[in-house]
Amino acid sequence: MQPEDLSVVLCKHPFTSDLDEIHMKLLVGCASNVTFKDGEFLFHEGESADRLYLIRNGRVALEVQAGERGLIRIQTVGPGEILGWSWLISPYRWHFTACAVENVRAIWLDGKCLRTKSETDHDFGYEMLRRLALVLEHRLEATRRQLLDVYGSEIGVRR
Amino acid sequence: MKMEPVLVPQTSFDPMLPFPVAIRRTTWETDDTFTLLMEPPAADGARFKFLPGQFNMLYVFGVGEVAISISSDPQKPNLIAHTIHRVGTVTTVLSRSKRGEFIGVRGPFGSSWPIEKAKGMDVIVVAGGIGLAPLRPVLYSLFRRRKDYGRIVLMYGARSPLDLLYRVELEQWSKLDGVDVVVTVDRGDSSWKGHVGVVTNLFSYIKMDPPATMAMLCGPEVMMKFTIQELERRGLPLEHLHLSMERNMKCAVGFCGHCQYGPKFICKDGPVFSFPQLSQFFGKGEI
Repeated sequence: MQPEDLSVVLCKHPFTSDLDEIHMKLLVGCASNVTFKDGEFLFHEGESADRLYLIRNGRVALEVQAGERGLIRIQTVGPGEILGWSWLISPYRWHFTACAVENVRAIWLDGKCLRTKSETDHDFGYEMLRRLALVLEHRLEATRRQLLDVYGSEIGVRR
Repeated sequence: MKMEPVLVPQTSFDPMLPFPVAIRRTTWETDDTFTLLMEPPAADGARFKFLPGQFNMLYVFGVGEVAISISSDPQKPNLIAHTIHRVGTVTTVLSRSKRGEFIGVRGPFGSSWPIEKAKGMDVIVVAGGIGLAPLRPVLYSLFRRRKDYGRIVLMYGARSPLDLLYRVELEQWSKLDGVDVVVTVDRGDSSWKGHVGVVTNLFSYIKMDPPATMAMLCGPEVMMKFTIQELERRGLPLEHLHLSMERNMKCAVGFCGHCQYGPKFICKDGPVFSFPQLSQFFGKGEI
């Protein structure tokens, strides 16, 4: 896919849809199109984290190997959402494994490229961090709700 | 504050007098949740009629009584179902019921889901855990009169894939025209292909036309609280929001006060309420 086509795709993704033209050009320079088949891994826990994925179609599961309890799927990420921010924070290693649970189409943004451009152009960096912070806040809130284990304490009568 | 009319079918039963009902079958939905199928008698020549959202008091002779929502199709009142979480003495004894045994039943009691009011609108049904049981009669009713409604979305959250109720039906419903069934679990394993995360995350995947949407919620109160916040954030008018409440019920007719919720009695004024009826109390401690 050509860079100009990528900007069209990025304009349709909720994470980048309202990015201004200058920042969009910077972003396109870091972007590539990518697909994963059902069952294919996007990355593994402990590997070097160098990508931010913008999911266009399909679903990705975040997993953790929990010893005797086996593999646990802790979250899924779907169309219109983003995946991965370990590229942003040293030591740039994935904390979880990501596996496609459907055929996935995504845009991946090169983490090192994003970091370099953010250092060079602080306005761009601020814009990226602002968007990421919104996602992080949403995920943190969702994780806290998940921790409540609301279905584990149902009293069960009159339901 | 505008009150929803409480629709209670006319029955000739004495509300305090249990009538004997024969158990037809017990079906286990999960490790600790089962559905009890029973045949109500034609008391006084009247068939047992109920509205979606209503509940019965089930009495195990010599053991005790519990309030359980009716989870079957209102159009098939000759065989009624109650889906029950086995958590205490009465529900444990109920779970061991055998075909042909009798239990006592009082009911049906309480208010119902606003199915008539939702005509011409999209309907979002949000269920958490065993909260799907009181909503199943709504789904049967909506599907039966499919053309009277816009899009129907069922969003269902459970603890794990093994805790999902009515798995075969969920699959069947997802194939119906104009019906979206979106299921999520708090924790999955590698065999689970669906969503993992809280039920409110599912709003990211559905399109909503808030002024033309009616929402019906049932699940743990904290789940409903976050779902209400999400629906409010998306612009759903609060009068389009209905929820089923749960409190410890004893008499089921508003005499004993066990299920008092602010100025309301869940058994008599509810269990289904429009959110404006409860908004000043909902989510507050000690109510």
